[in-house]
Amino acid sequence: MYNFEFEKPSTIADAVAALGDEDAQALGGGQTLIPTLKQRLASPSALVSLSGIAEMQGVCVEDDGSVAIGGATPHAVVAREAAGSYPALAALAGQIGDPAVRNRGTIGGSVANNDPAACYPAGVLGSGATIVTNTRQIAADDFFEGMFSTALEEGEIITSVRFPVPQAASYQKFLQPASRFALVGVYVARFADGVRVAVTGASEDGVFRWSEAEQALSKEFRADALMGLSINPMNMIGDLHGSKDYRAHLVAVMTKRAVAACL
Amino acid sequence: MPKDSGIGASSKRREDVRFLTGAGNYTDDINVHGQAHVYFLRSDIAHGRISNLDTSAAESMPGVVRVFTGKDFEGVGGIPCGWEVTDKHGAPMQEPAHPILAQGKVRHVGDPIAAVVADTLAQARDAAEAIDLDIEELPAVLDMKAAAKDGTTLVHDDLKNNICYDWQLGETDNAKVDEVFANAAHVTSLDLVNNRLVANPMEPRVAVAEYSRGTEDYTLYTTSQNPHVIRLLMCAFVLGLPEHKVRVVAPDVGGGFGTKIFHYAEEAFCTFAAKACNRPVKWSASRSEAFMSDAHGRDHVTNIELALDAENNFIGLRTNTYANMGAYLSTFASSVPTWLHGTLAAGNYTTPVIQVNVKAMFTNTVPVDAYRGAGRPEATYQLERVIDKAARELGADPIALRRQNFITQFPYDTPVALTYDTGDYNGTMDKLEAAADLAGFAARRASSEANGKMRGLGINCYIEACGIAPSNIVGMLGARAGLYDAATVRVNATGSISVMVGAHSHGQGHETAFPQVVAEMIGIDESMIEIVHGDTSKIPFGMGTYGSRSLAVCGSAMVKATEKVIDKAKKIAAHLLEASEADIELKDGQFSVAGTDKSVAWGDVTLTAYVPHNYPLEVEPGLEETAFYDPANFTFPSGAYACEVEVDPETGQVSIEAFTAADDFGNIVNPMIVDGQVHGGIGQGIGQALLENCAYDENGQLLSASFMDYAMPRADDVPFYGVDHSSQTPCTHNPLGVKGCGEAGAIGSPPAVVNAVIDALNSGGKAVDHIDMPVSPSRVWAAMKG
Repeated sequence: MYNFEFEKPSTIADAVAALGDEDAQALGGGQTLIPTLKQRLASPSALVSLSGIAEMQGVCVEDDGSVAIGGATPHAVVAREAAGSYPALAALAGQIGDPAVRNRGTIGGSVANNDPAACYPAGVLGSGATIVTNTRQIAADDFFEGMFSTALEEGEIITSVRFPVPQAASYQKFLQPASRFALVGVYVARFADGVRVAVTGASEDGVFRWSEAEQALSKEFRADALMGLSINPMNMIGDLHGSKDYRAHLVAVMTKRAVAACL
Repeated sequence: MPKDSGIGASSKRREDVRFLTGAGNYTDDINVHGQAHVYFLRSDIAHGRISNLDTSAAESMPGVVRVFTGKDFEGVGGIPCGWEVTDKHGAPMQEPAHPILAQGKVRHVGDPIAAVVADTLAQARDAAEAIDLDIEELPAVLDMKAAAKDGTTLVHDDLKNNICYDWQLGETDNAKVDEVFANAAHVTSLDLVNNRLVANPMEPRVAVAEYSRGTEDYTLYTTSQNPHVIRLLMCAFVLGLPEHKVRVVAPDVGGGFGTKIFHYAEEAFCTFAAKACNRPVKWSASRSEAFMSDAHGRDHVTNIELALDAENNFIGLRTNTYANMGAYLSTFASSVPTWLHGTLAAGNYTTPVIQVNVKAMFTNTVPVDAYRGAGRPEATYQLERVIDKAARELGADPIALRRQNFITQFPYDTPVALTYDTGDYNGTMDKLEAAADLAGFAARRASSEANGKMRGLGINCYIEACGIAPSNIVGMLGARAGLYDAATVRVNATGSISVMVGAHSHGQGHETAFPQVVAEMIGIDESMIEIVHGDTSKIPFGMGTYGSRSLAVCGSAMVKATEKVIDKAKKIAAHLLEASEADIELKDGQFSVAGTDKSVAWGDVTLTAYVPHNYPLEVEPGLEETAFYDPANFTFPSGAYACEVEVDPETGQVSIEAFTAADDFGNIVNPMIVDGQVHGGIGQGIGQALLENCAYDENGQLLSASFMDYAMPRADDVPFYGVDHSSQTPCTHNPLGVKGCGEAGAIGSPPAVVNAVIDALNSGGKAVDHIDMPVSPSRVWAAMKG
């Protein structure tokens, strides 16, 4: 780890100001950033911790019924506090990493990092959530731009993520055996006006929506509706833990299981 | 009734109190006044020539004490190999130099090139980034079969090829072996890989060295399983130091699994640098460094063939193995695929003709050496997999086929150089069949199938050779060390006892189990006895702990020394009781005159030994005895294991539903500790079978270089184990009748798991006859797809 300055502001405005310094970097729960720093793979001049900002903490249900989660809310808090209002999302949060990760890692950090095997991007995209930043609101469909890439501007902070609550939803995660990130994770959400299917872990382009499955399921919401549908393995990730073909196969299996779990 | 103390009692592990409450004293806890820190600049290229190495900028960085390169070690010895294997033509193995810091060439990712000593680790690391280094990359030698061909790139330019040795054991007449196979009613052949593993003890390696300018003494604190071996190798072969001026301390060590047996460049470096810099020097490996510098394990590529007659008797066995040595020969690397592997080829069976062929290969990878089981897991895996395949091909019951070919008469001379002294393989299999409720398997399979899962049962038998010995034989086989051990029993005046042992405890529970033996012999409370280990300035010259040898070898030395103490104490007691020494009996800590009520307590005798006022003139004062023990033979633990798995037909995910171990360890001192050792061993075996995979890409980059990609088994990857240790045929040649239990689980479990997976797939109509480890979901799915 190289030396850096450390700041822990208590308001979003102060955080934005602190991030104005060149090479300053926002620190969520640090579950990716701290190991990166320890490997000396990044050298920010300052880390601006977002964990001391009260308005970015916690889970609440909005007037329109959507669930808003503060950007600095740890996964363990979501797993606990969203269990009543959005159980599928709470279950997803409860499957991330291990207890240490869940008590440090935050939703804003995970979504901003957009790791291609992270769980939250599937939940956010699958729910059609809105990413709220200090400057604007971004629809999930416009937010994720590919592996480790998002629509966020320099210094922009995710202050909250707002989830419309579907009629039914399920996240099915097949574990990468070493890291226990998703080898493939599929989030299926059934809304009154249609079904969304978001896939993480599988694609070289990061989280994506499986539109053929969405169309089939929107017509008929049962696992059999997916019969005959398959993902093209070409853009899948192939590595030590699973070939492209295997990941493509798992997407279909996990989608089917997610649908079954919704029923 | 279970005993509550002494031999056979499940005494609680006294050392765990400090380990579990953060009161342990590990090497990284040791900080010496004025110490500097070293950071090693390691190669990120698998194979290349160093064309430029300029440290001048680094030397002027803040806090830097000195920067070392290979130049500083010209004329200094390299890391030695402790076992010279002779190849099948009578030539010695090829033994390349193994420098402390690279000399002109780098040969694996992680090979140390330079070392920066600085006031702080961060300064050392900063300065290492300022070293100007250019490496001219060469093709990386990775595939062992390709590496054996003529004209290929050489890992070591001064060797004639990449073959360390081409070794053979058993039948030397190829025509005779060919004839057995030609006349066989059935031959089963199997190609398999025994996957490369990274041991990953919880505690990474650490070394702290200091040098006293005043006394010219060195002290090296290091994470070792055998401090005397490290001292000997480092003093005699590397640095040329007088042994009596060097103290090596291996304090609490957080797991070894073999990888801390070996003498490593970093500990020799710290010792060298402590004098060169006139400052204590400390190195602590990061986990990343551990992945690329700790010796790896296994890595065999094998073809095995089993010949059977028309009655399904095993009549011939032939193996052809490529064994990876990595880039250099680690301390005992050469012995692992030979004398610890080929010798076990017979397994538990009466196969009369066996030929073992092993080519040991140099490649541009981290050196490979002993890892829990060391050669024996590889021998067991190949044999038990080919037997299982044969049973499937022949439609034979896998248990019946094994039973039919079991060795039943002991002692038994195998065709591969060993004499098994004792065992009861049918008896142990009986225990397994009962403990694993094999009769109920069909019902369990039906229940799994009703849930959409395929269920399989895998059986495995193993024999292992522990307590490698005797020294005169292993010397003939090429060992450059003796394999005895030693213990000193020091009785204090008030009757408490310190036992200084050559064995080293790094998870085995010696501090609990060893006192149980002495307590039993004298009849005093275990708490009066303490084990001292891990410090060459305190203990007699012992060979340390590996190969499940501690109790069988060092424990035997301890018994011999305790017997000497008791003999002397009886002389003192006889004097105090005014009786003949021959009439003195020792029971429950009381010396008494046979047939009388006259007695004197242990504590009175020990006090008299040190306050010898009323004392026999012909007896020396004091009560302290040392014994060295060199065993007459190996010990031969054996066992039968059963594994039940479920396989998800959609994803290929394997889950272990039940695992039962029936082991014959001979006599058992502490059943709880033995159970724990077996649990841990099975956990590591399941890790190898399902999860762990040390993989390199085609350029020699380590793909599984962190826990993000190297899958260690977690608690929820393993089931609750059933263990049965009631099959007991005591070792015939050591005083305790013990055999050793530390490696059994890791030896016996991988084939049981893979056999179970193959059985499950076949039960589900998938004609799969083999999947290489780790049997990951992705590999199972690919095999099911065909």
